[in-house]
Amino acid sequence: MKKITHLALAVLLAAPASLAVHGNAAADSMEHVMGTEKSQVAIRQIQTRAFDTREQKQTLRTVIATLQDLGFVIDKADESLGTVSGTKLNGYSLRMTVTVKPHGKTQTSVRANAQYNVVAVEDPEPYQQFFAALEKAMFLTAHEVD
Amino acid sequence: MMRRPLCVLVAFSMIMGGCAQQIPKDALQLRPESLELRQLQTRSFETKDEKKLLTTGASVLQDLGFNIDESETPLGVIVGSKDRDAVEAGQVVGSVMVAVLFGVYMPVDKNQKIRASLVTRPVDKKTNMRVTFQRIIWNTQGQITRTESVEDPKIYQEFFEKMSKSVFLEAHEI
Repeated sequence: MKKITHLALAVLLAAPASLAVHGNAAADSMEHVMGTEKSQVAIRQIQTRAFDTREQKQTLRTVIATLQDLGFVIDKADESLGTVSGTKLNGYSLRMTVTVKPHGKTQTSVRANAQYNVVAVEDPEPYQQFFAALEKAMFLTAHEVD
Repeated sequence: MMRRPLCVLVAFSMIMGGCAQQIPKDALQLRPESLELRQLQTRSFETKDEKKLLTTGASVLQDLGFNIDESETPLGVIVGSKDRDAVEAGQVVGSVMVAVLFGVYMPVDKNQKIRASLVTRPVDKKTNMRVTFQRIIWNTQGQITRTESVEDPKIYQEFFEKMSKSVFLEAHEI
C-alpha cells in the first residue's frame, strides 16, 4: 500500500513538472530558429575584431592553431569561404565557428560565434578571451569594429 | 521505497538545471598547461611538402581505423572519426552487483565516437603537424555519459611513432 502511495506521489509530482517543461518547449521551441537574446548589431560587435593584416590565409591558419590551443578539435575548414569550425569537449560541448574576411583596405575581420551545449554564447567575456588568445598567436592587436 | 520520489525530484532538478546552464568562465581561456599540450600534440617534420605530409597523415588515420570526414588541403586540415565499443568490464560488474543488491538496472557505457583533427603548418623549412583527439561516450540507454579531450601523452606518442613509420615506409614506397 505504501508503495502505491509513493508511486502516486511521484506521478503527481512529475506530471505537472513534465507538462511545464515539455508543454512550454512545444509552444516555444520554434522561436529558437530565429531567436537571439541580443540585437544583431550588439552580437556582431561582441563577436568581431579587426586585425591590421591582409593575409587571410595566414589568419585562418592562426585561427585554427588558436582553436587547437584552446582544446578544440577542428570540424571543418574552408579557405575560399574563410570559415573554420571546431568543437571542444570537456564535460560539455562547445562549438565555435570563426569566419575571416577582408575588412576595409588594410584589415582583416575575424568573427566568432559559439554555442555551449544547447545555448548560444552571447556574453562578451568568452569572446574577449578568445580574441586575447588569437591576438597572442597573431602577434597583432585586435581592434573593436563598429 | 523512498527512492522513487527522490529519483523524480533529482531528475526534475537536473532538467531545470540543464535549462539555466552557463558557459564556464575558463572555457575559452588559455590554460597554463596549453603550451605543454601543444608540445605533446605537435611534431616537426623535415619537409616543405605540406601536401605530402597531409597525405601521410591521412594514411596513418586510416591505419588507426579512422574515416576521413572533412579535409581542406590549402589550410592543412584533415578531420576523421571512428565509432567503437566503450564497454568497460569494471562498470559491467558494478552494474550487475547493483542489480542483484537493489534490483535496479544501472546503464553502463556502450559506444564511443572518437574524433581527430590533424593540422599541418609550414614553419620555415619544416612543416609542423598537430593532432588532437576527443571522444563522446554513450551508455546502453543512448545517453551521453562522457565528453572529453584526450590528453594522455601515450596516445600522442603512439600516433607520432606511427607517423614516423609511415613517413619511412612511404619514402621507400612500401
